[in-house]
Amino acid sequence: MTGTAMPLPSVAKKRSTRARTVRFGISKLGVTLFTASMAMIFLLPLGYMILTSVKDNNQITALNAPLWPATPEQYTAGDGQVYTVYQVTMTDGTVQDLALEKPGRVQSTFINPKDGTEVTWQGNWRALSSVWSFSIKWDNFTTVLDVLNFPLLLRNTLIVSVIGTIGAVSSATIVAFGFARFRIPGKDGLFLVLIMTIMLPFQVLLIPQYIAFRAVGWTGTWLPLIVPVFFANAYNVFLLRQYFLTLPRELDEAAQLDGASPLRILWSVIVPQAWPAIIAVSLFHFFFSWNDFFAPLIYLNSHPELATMTVGLQAFSATYASSGSGYLTQAASLFALIVPVMIFFVAQRVFMRGVVISGVEK
Amino acid sequence: MVIVEDKESVHAPPQRKMSLARRETLWGLAFLSPWLFGLVVFTALPIVASLALSFTNFNIIHPESIKFIGLDNYARMWSELLNNGAVGSSLGVTARFALMSVPLLICLALGLALLLNQKLLAGKPVFRTLFFMPVQIPLVASTIVWQGFLNGSTGWLAQILHGLGLPSPDWFSDPAWALQGLVLLGIWGVGNMMLIFLAGLQGVPTELYEAVKVDGGGAWARFRHVTLPMISPVLFYNILISIIGVSQYFTQAYVIDPLGRGNPGGSTFFYNMNLYKEGWTYNNMGYASALAWLMMVIVVVAALVLFRTSARWVFYAGGER
Repeated sequence: MTGTAMPLPSVAKKRSTRARTVRFGISKLGVTLFTASMAMIFLLPLGYMILTSVKDNNQITALNAPLWPATPEQYTAGDGQVYTVYQVTMTDGTVQDLALEKPGRVQSTFINPKDGTEVTWQGNWRALSSVWSFSIKWDNFTTVLDVLNFPLLLRNTLIVSVIGTIGAVSSATIVAFGFARFRIPGKDGLFLVLIMTIMLPFQVLLIPQYIAFRAVGWTGTWLPLIVPVFFANAYNVFLLRQYFLTLPRELDEAAQLDGASPLRILWSVIVPQAWPAIIAVSLFHFFFSWNDFFAPLIYLNSHPELATMTVGLQAFSATYASSGSGYLTQAASLFALIVPVMIFFVAQRVFMRGVVISGVEK
Repeated sequence: MVIVEDKESVHAPPQRKMSLARRETLWGLAFLSPWLFGLVVFTALPIVASLALSFTNFNIIHPESIKFIGLDNYARMWSELLNNGAVGSSLGVTARFALMSVPLLICLALGLALLLNQKLLAGKPVFRTLFFMPVQIPLVASTIVWQGFLNGSTGWLAQILHGLGLPSPDWFSDPAWALQGLVLLGIWGVGNMMLIFLAGLQGVPTELYEAVKVDGGGAWARFRHVTLPMISPVLFYNILISIIGVSQYFTQAYVIDPLGRGNPGGSTFFYNMNLYKEGWTYNNMGYASALAWLMMVIVVVAALVLFRTSARWVFYAGGER
């Protein structure tokens, strides 16, 4: 009796755990699918940009055009004439691909591309949709490369952002070391000032800075974009200081006892331990200067040969967006975003950790 | 070796100790000096200078004719505020944008963070990367992308809506919809706040959730009584950062209307468009400085109000700070 009764609960238990695993699996699939569709909607404009950048204007403005890059199919008749191919519904209900020879509002004449025979069709040809064949318009990229002068913009942006990144990282590292490791009277007050300058709206600094840079003849050069960066941005200092504080002091003390100078300690003890934070700050500044628009706009105004990517792209869009060349501005945007996005994908882990350090660990 | 060194420092004469402390201070100041120099030259002096300039009629093309005009710039701003001139309308646009965009982005960022924090979600790092990625796209480029995407006839959103039999606004050509178009575009910037929320969520101790479960609380009770209070400091930070962000809004609006008039119909005439127009189109740097100061005062007041109210809703797990 007991022998037969015993296994029952354990079977029921097994079944319920299995049911639970199955249920867990289904909900996991559901949540993941939901998130994936959210991500797809979120990135839909990116898909628009990529596909539009290889389309031509005919397709963009045509009704019933397919989503993928394509061009209306053409038929070359025996006499060398080129006709567009349309999808025509015949009287017997079948749909045939026919080349439009003589368009008319009530009656049109088509050529059957297969055998070259003429077909007369009753109806308005404008209601027909053309036959699209897949075709990528690479020309857009060569046009943009030329008109946008992408190589020049890339060179200018790289110069400004790389020199700026070196300046931003080296100065912020030095200052953060000062804040993290030295007893200085009034240091807490100075640190508070540093935090406050992070929140300062840039507008109040901009006008006097502009006047001063203009007075020393720096407008129309990259100097206003580069030189101030060498004097430690508060945000970067904050991030690095937070990171330095987490490093054990024993190592610097040991180095100090061995007679290392503070500079040597920074270079040989702190910097090797702080790579994640230093890389994060480098990426922050690199992306910042790649994205910066207002400063290049006012300082490089009327110097297209010095323009950075964003300013060049904006000028390009101002000329082409309204003139029915939307596909060209999309191709240009693709050029402008490809470098930062690639770098982000390579370095995303370190970068996103940096965002979190600066936002949470106060 | 170490012991010998220790002995030495113990027996060091007091004078030498003083000089060691002073040496440390000097070294420290030397390390701070790049920032201190920058603070004075690129921050402190410009703030004072812009305040001083705001009481003048300084025009950068005719610097010699600079004159102290007292509060005239501020009086002009006040009248433009009252009769809905450039200052009034641009503040209105900026405030309307803030009221639409800040709550939407905060909710969206929190929602995404909650989703990406789900036990039930597979491939978390991939999704985190995908939702963050558009933050790295230069704003000029993302604005152009959205400009095309939201185009009333050829854009995908309009085509999707038409496909569903719904009407679609012509976002950036319609004064009634252009600002909402910019709000939509702002969604691509949600990644920063999302990551910060996510880090906040991961810091909530799981015991607290179990305690609610024991008390018979459901998902909403867990969110309302554990998650929300525990992440309130992060929420506070995100609200503050968004307000500062809106006060600096410029690039996207300038790409939409390169002539800087905030077209269509002035509906995207943000505060900084007016500042740019006065300062760099009309060269009225004195007046533009006054505009900059007004914006700074508004941001400081908003931040103070936020800090004041924070005592009531921000909960620091480590006690009062």
